[in-house]
Amino acid sequence: MTMPFYVAPEQVMKDRAEYAQKGIARGRSLVACEYDDGILIVAENPSRSLHKVSEIYDRIAFAGVGKYNEFDQLRVAGVRHADTKGFAFSREDVDARSLANLYAQFLGQVFTHEMKPLEVEILVAELGGDGRPDQLYHIAYEGTITDEDRFAVLGGETDVITERFAGSFEEGWGLDGALRAAIAALAGPDRTLGPADLEVAVLSRANGRRAFQRLGHEELAERLAEPKRGGRGGRSGQASSSDSSNSAST
Amino acid sequence: MGLPLFPPGDDPGPSFSALLRRSGAPFDPSQPSDRIPATAAQHRTGAAPAVAHGTTVVALRFADGVVMAGDRRATEGNVIAHRAMEKVFPADRHSAVAIAGAAGPAVEMVKLFQTQLEHYEKVEGVALSLEGKANQLGQMVREHLPMAMQGLVVVPLYAGFDVRRGLGRIFTYDVTGGHFEEADHAATGSGGRDARTTIKLGWRPDLGRDEAIELAVRALYEAADEDAATGGPDLVRQIFPLVATVTVSGYERVTDAEVAERFSSLVERRAIGRGIAGGGP
Repeated sequence: MTMPFYVAPEQVMKDRAEYAQKGIARGRSLVACEYDDGILIVAENPSRSLHKVSEIYDRIAFAGVGKYNEFDQLRVAGVRHADTKGFAFSREDVDARSLANLYAQFLGQVFTHEMKPLEVEILVAELGGDGRPDQLYHIAYEGTITDEDRFAVLGGETDVITERFAGSFEEGWGLDGALRAAIAALAGPDRTLGPADLEVAVLSRANGRRAFQRLGHEELAERLAEPKRGGRGGRSGQASSSDSSNSAST
Repeated sequence: MGLPLFPPGDDPGPSFSALLRRSGAPFDPSQPSDRIPATAAQHRTGAAPAVAHGTTVVALRFADGVVMAGDRRATEGNVIAHRAMEKVFPADRHSAVAIAGAAGPAVEMVKLFQTQLEHYEKVEGVALSLEGKANQLGQMVREHLPMAMQGLVVVPLYAGFDVRRGLGRIFTYDVTGGHFEEADHAATGSGGRDARTTIKLGWRPDLGRDEAIELAVRALYEAADEDAATGGPDLVRQIFPLVATVTVSGYERVTDAEVAERFSSLVERRAIGRGIAGGGP
């Protein structure tokens, strides 16, 4: 009979965390933020059909980075949970908080008990209303759940992107302003990202019951080409200089 | 309720009713056996079961899509159970479903159908084809057959705008879940026969929106005139039948004010003609 090697628990956790972080850092990042009419989610994703951002329920959206098959499995589970709950009780009883907690429990469970942790980070966004604020729940690979304030950045290089985005964030800005800043933050100073490199969706209060809406490549190109349309929040000169470099590429 | 995750070989797929069955939910509507008291079987031979029944619902095609309309009365035997019940529902963005039969199970079926369509769309990322949706509803009616045999019959009417073909389409059902596509118009429920005759006489292939709504309104009026279980315009309480259109831009309920206006002018015309319907518009 062979004895298993003793490995210190600290070491096991460290190795797993490192493994998951590496997997997530290989993928591309994602920015979500509030704007005057809802929540905007911008992901760097060259695929038109393998979505990183999706609808879960009337006012809830899901976004994931890392390994596609792993976060897509979580997305489907979220849709199932929300639809079952809404069917059994009422549509207004479905909320992002309980879903985010379930995700966190599951990811935590897998991280501690399974051989391989999930190489994903996910975001559960809920549009506020009736006095409730917008919610952005950021759940990490090991099950840590963070209630993000105003905006969230997921994926690799989060520190750099967060710094760039925080610099241009404005309270109550319009969709176009938020969109340009998010794209500029994802791209960084050395790259430009066109509509074909991006997947963009919003949870908009203007959309009625099902708030989720994708912005297609054509609409995106249109919005990025027209300067300042609908930018009700007003933009600072510093951020619009990076805008112009973006719109030139489209 | 934990996170509903399934192993790859045992996944319920994009079907919501399969998910309910798979997760053994206590509210699974496809398991009717323990939900009907045994005494309900007695109704088969005796008097009508004491459950709310309808109804007249109609659907007709017009140039831009379909119009669907239904009366608002629910009855229990010879008693009026509800005066303002709604029998026409949006099934999803581009289709509408109307119900005739036992009110309780019918409304539940609509709720399941709506969830099913939305669930499929979210899980798969694309909406079902109109044909696929009509088929789904047929399967639900078929699963309901044991309850139908005990007297709780549900017969839906389904109509929508087929975005792939660019035209309005109508499907009718029987109790066994068989579904048939109707070319131009359809009506079902206890007053369906009278409504159908009215529509048949007034229907043309290129009706405009207003003409189509007017025809639906007239069909419901005639049905209510002949059938006790169909409610006409309730001028005292200002309750009017529900009319909706489905076009390329989606499901849209015709405003109460517009429906009220059409019924009021129809009643006025009839009053002038001393109740003679024949030949009058």
